[in-house]
Amino acid sequence: MTTSTQPILQTRDLSISFGSVDALVSVDFNLRAGEIHALLGENGAGKSTLIKLVTGVYAKDSGQILLDGKEINPRNPREAQLLGISPVYQEINLIPTLSVAENIYLGSQPMRFGLVNTAAMNKQAEALLNRYNIDIDVNRTLSSYSVAIQQLVAIARGVDMSAKVLILDEPTASLDRHEVETLFNVMRQLKADGVGIILITHFLDQVYEISDRITVLRNGFKVGEYNTDELPRVKLISEMLGHELTQTLGKQATSETAKPKNQEAYIRVDGLGRKGYLEPIDLTVNEGEIVGLAGLLGSGRTETALLIFGIEGHDQGTIYVDGQAVHLRSPSQAIQEGFALCPEDRKTEGIVGELTVRENVILALQAKRGWFDFIPIKRQQELADEMIEALHIATPDAEKPAGQLSGGNQQKLILARWLASEPKFLILDEPTRGIDVGAHAEIINIIKRLSNDGMSLLVISSELAEVVDYSDRVIVLRDHKKVAELKGDEVTENRIMQVIAEEPNV
Amino acid sequence: MKSRIFPLIATIVVFILLYMIGWQRFPAFGTTRVVLNILTDKSFLGVAAVGMTFVILSGGIDLSVGSIIAFTSIFCALLIKDVGVHPLGAFAIALALGAAFGGAMGAIIHYLKIPPFIVTLAGMFLARGCAFLLSEASVPIEHPFYSDISGMYYVFEDKGRLTFVATLFVIVLLVGLIIAHFTRFGRNVYALGGDKNSALLLGVPIARTTIGVYMLSSVLATLAGIIYSLYTRSGYPLATVGLELDAITAVVIGGTLLTGGVGYMAGTLVGVLILGVIQTYINFDGGLNSWWTKIVIGALLFVFIALQKVLSSGRPVFKLPSLKR
Repeated sequence: MTTSTQPILQTRDLSISFGSVDALVSVDFNLRAGEIHALLGENGAGKSTLIKLVTGVYAKDSGQILLDGKEINPRNPREAQLLGISPVYQEINLIPTLSVAENIYLGSQPMRFGLVNTAAMNKQAEALLNRYNIDIDVNRTLSSYSVAIQQLVAIARGVDMSAKVLILDEPTASLDRHEVETLFNVMRQLKADGVGIILITHFLDQVYEISDRITVLRNGFKVGEYNTDELPRVKLISEMLGHELTQTLGKQATSETAKPKNQEAYIRVDGLGRKGYLEPIDLTVNEGEIVGLAGLLGSGRTETALLIFGIEGHDQGTIYVDGQAVHLRSPSQAIQEGFALCPEDRKTEGIVGELTVRENVILALQAKRGWFDFIPIKRQQELADEMIEALHIATPDAEKPAGQLSGGNQQKLILARWLASEPKFLILDEPTRGIDVGAHAEIINIIKRLSNDGMSLLVISSELAEVVDYSDRVIVLRDHKKVAELKGDEVTENRIMQVIAEEPNV
Repeated sequence: MKSRIFPLIATIVVFILLYMIGWQRFPAFGTTRVVLNILTDKSFLGVAAVGMTFVILSGGIDLSVGSIIAFTSIFCALLIKDVGVHPLGAFAIALALGAAFGGAMGAIIHYLKIPPFIVTLAGMFLARGCAFLLSEASVPIEHPFYSDISGMYYVFEDKGRLTFVATLFVIVLLVGLIIAHFTRFGRNVYALGGDKNSALLLGVPIARTTIGVYMLSSVLATLAGIIYSLYTRSGYPLATVGLELDAITAVVIGGTLLTGGVGYMAGTLVGVLILGVIQTYINFDGGLNSWWTKIVIGALLFVFIALQKVLSSGRPVFKLPSLKR
């Protein structure tokens, strides 16, 4: 391998914070010319933030970005592109209403007599896409093609524009094996041409297949920079999740098993799945039990929750509640069955920022009762006050707009909303993400308390220490499949990491 | 077939149909007179509609158009009559003013992130108010230049007149068509209306494009005001009240999606012509109340928006959901 050691893109002490959250703290990142550099980390580690700083979407708070040793300050994506840095984002950021060719050459159309030369543009686009073995009508609107084709078009655009640095953010998420191979070939070609490539992906196999070096971020900090062939898989995962393998933090089993438990499975999920979304999964949650769902980002944790809650439809499998098969086709049916789900992204999926704390609290309960059975204002106020006290929500009163609360308190408010609807089965997706330490501990206490009160919980979390702490059993997912179910003494961080890191098909 | 082009084809079919109905009842529809009259009569609406097409393609709206026309007509009339400026000089000053006004609205929309509806609504009141400030009554324009212009026309064999203002409309439309479809600015407008967020990430200069779109719309509204003053030989502060709504109607009937990103400039021409044909038919009939024009246009507009909805629900016009696993 003749990877040059000359850095093409560097950041020094790069920092940015959003409100009180430090998204990136003093990160030094080094991309060399002619290398494929994997940028890894769990959700919220700061990967996307780093990319958005380098491409001028965000403005840094402090630090430097250097291209070819010279400091650059791109103020918008266009300036970054002109400097030779072009990103391909995970969500397809193209214009669905424009043609394929126009999407590829938007801003750099071939011109003739001062006008866009559409014929030449279409010809170029066809030739470009042929390199990826795509033979399509480039004059048709982008939205008329499949997501995989759209993703390849986005990549083709990025590759075509990238003079120096190409950034690929989860490029393979919607591609099949064959398309991935085609992409890798193009990446190798670019690498040979001296382009520096940053690859963000959650497919560790692909990291080991194609990348030369790896930088790991965690909670906004750089954890380390490694040569890919010198970093064992288990070590990589422990770096990403932030725990040393040697640290055997077993479950304090004795004190916790004292819970009185009815060992009848309250919730039984039998072969629930959907083709191309989640492999059929079996799981049970007993009354008063906490089951943890562990796995890396993209392993199918959230998908499992969405399928059970009826947000995503399933095409196979059955859910049993207390031994009775139920057919959940929508979240409102799930709510009627006594289910509740606290989503991962509270900003976009949970809190209604303009409504008051009280209104947010009663939302789910009101929905469950139907909108015509109005809850009297007095009862609403009582409920809200109860919840504010029980969950220690820091707000002067129940009439404050929820959007003005801190992240941790918003998270508690979502919990409060579902608790007000008195669910029997509660699914929590990353309940402690992005909240401060004090609130973190409180939420964990609340989770334990709920289980002691007899509620069944399914908790998704990337924080292994946390999962190990409260879970009675842990189900491990990998590549959209359940790969292990750990119970009793097996519920340790080490064991979970080992299961996650196992080579597939071995 | 490209589904994008379907609304345009539908518009053309409707136009031909309406024209045939007119022709069948009134043989005069068979002469060039009717079409050329429509072009003359709708020239200022048409020029304004070209600007409106850009605005709607970019995902915005411009409500200030009618007021700008009225302001321009009275502004030019006073400059020519009271200040003694040559009409060409007055036009140049008015166009510069229009550009500044539109640019300012665009800048407010972009930098202060205020919805175009609100900003141009404010612009509408401002321009209309300024028009009344200049004069509360109609101001006639008597200048040899104006007589010369109205004397410039080409007469066809069947006495159809291609007037100067109609020609100007056609030229503006052709230039607009080239800008929309064959310049980077035009393509950026489509990209902006298709998906603003993606356009930003793709490196489309959002600020420049947004400001450019509203500047273009105001300049064309000013030009429409100049045409209005040439056509009526006067300036009138109460002129063209609500013309922006006719312009929006023409653009939407012409097959441009109100959500932005999809449409053809040629459709706007057909949209203007359809409005003209309906009006001509009702004028010819004599027995029909002229309010029937509004009723037919209303019904037509509704049908076209419903059609667009049906078409766009069949395919993802909006941003695809991300494939987060």
